[in-house]
Amino acid sequence: MRITADREVCCSAGQCALIAPDLFDQSDEDGSVVLLDAQPDTGRLDVLREVVSRCPTGAIRVEEDPGV
Amino acid sequence: MSYHGGTTGWLITRHAEAKELLTHKSFSARQEGIISPVPTELGYAGPADPGAFAKTDDPIHSRYRKLVTGFFTVRRTRQFAPMIERIVHEQLDDLEKAGPGADLVEVFTESVPSRVMCEMIGVPESERKTLQRHVETLGRLSCTVPEALAAVSGMSGFLSRFVPVRMDDPRDDLLGDLIRGGQLDEQELMGMTATLITGAFDTTGNMLAMGVFTLLEHPDQLAKLREDPELMGTAVEELLRFLTISHLGASRWALEDVEFAGQSIKKGEVVTVALPAVNRDPERYDNPDQLDIGRTDHGHLALGHGVHQCLGQHLARTILRVGYEALFDRFPTLRLAVPGDEVPMRDDFVHYGPRSLPVTWDD
Ligand code: HEM
Ligand code: SF4
Repeated sequence: MRITADREVCCSAGQCALIAPDLFDQSDEDGSVVLLDAQPDTGRLDVLREVVSRCPTGAIRVEEDPGV
Repeated sequence: MSYHGGTTGWLITRHAEAKELLTHKSFSARQEGIISPVPTELGYAGPADPGAFAKTDDPIHSRYRKLVTGFFTVRRTRQFAPMIERIVHEQLDDLEKAGPGADLVEVFTESVPSRVMCEMIGVPESERKTLQRHVETLGRLSCTVPEALAAVSGMSGFLSRFVPVRMDDPRDDLLGDLIRGGQLDEQELMGMTATLITGAFDTTGNMLAMGVFTLLEHPDQLAKLREDPELMGTAVEELLRFLTISHLGASRWALEDVEFAGQSIKKGEVVTVALPAVNRDPERYDNPDQLDIGRTDHGHLALGHGVHQCLGQHLARTILRVGYEALFDRFPTLRLAVPGDEVPMRDDFVHYGPRSLPVTWDD
């Protein structure tokens, strides 16, 4: 599983950092998303689904099977 | 449906469609196209002032917003918690002195958010109450044109005195940071400051007051919260959802003819998301009309959605959490001093809440 976060579309609403502070932070400069862990273990999938549905801009994507 | 002034407009009450609209590229938040869904003389002609980014679209919107979001991140707002705690306790000291028996709105809920925001921007305390009155006037739908003009000129009078002084001598605060950043001229700094003041003052104050009123009227939920203070996080979210004080919702207008939710919306028509209805959409929530502070499935839109989602949301959450905690902790016998249905409500305001909240407690 692999997370990507697009800092261009991110509006710095911080849903991600609120829901999963161990995976996401926000930059001090403009508040945009900072990925702390791009490949968390699959047990976090429910939390990530919540983040994806709550992110107001669709900046966060989760690839469940990167096809390594 | 027909909007104020007879134009055609639309109302969204479904949660899923609300999220779609607020992220849809064919709809604009620009001030010049917004028409109020309810009758009011309050209306703004023309585009938003420079820096007033809430009523603009990207890329102008994001350019401004990104300059301040660093102050409103989850982590940063947690760092403001000690300042918020100090202000909350100072206001509760005043409450203690004023009673038993006082108007909670006057002594507590109205003062805390405005003091917090003033401290962040560096607005002197001597100006705060006047600014608060102006913000209140501009949020009152029954406000007349002369009243609105007086409030607007009061606000801009303050800003044109305050901002240039700080540009000469920037302090160590939000405004100082924006000034030192060097990306904004005087007009933009004024627009930005006005946006932060109007965004923060009465929203959070009303939410604080409505939350206390609601918990006092739902003693079982309050007891549950007292028993398990860990529930405060979900309680704040549930109160935001259940109360959704932004009664007028969020409005956008179509930039082009567009098919949306099975309807043909014409260029220029306004669509309003009825946030209170959306947050009680039975397709989205089980028992939507029930207050359940343990509810974990939120995803509510009380703070909006899309790129305009509330900038101050984490600050608001911290103020609400700290405010409710300290109030119920220091005043364990807090109760309404009048029957609930006699509490005067602000029916004619953009943000709903009690006009005054008479409470009392045992000494
Ligand atoms: C509980 C209290 C609050 C509520 C219910 C609330 C509600 C909202 C809502 C619904 C929106 C979206 C409007 C739209 O999409 O048209 C919004 C935007 C905004 N809010 Fe709040 N708000 C609260 C507290 C605050 C605070 C404390 C601030 C302080 C900075 C603030 C500043 C803003 C700003 C600047 C915007 C515009 C953001 C943008 O356009 O990018 N709000 N708020
Ligand atoms: S939730 Fe989405 S928009 Fe908000 S900070 Fe995270 S990535 Fe950015």
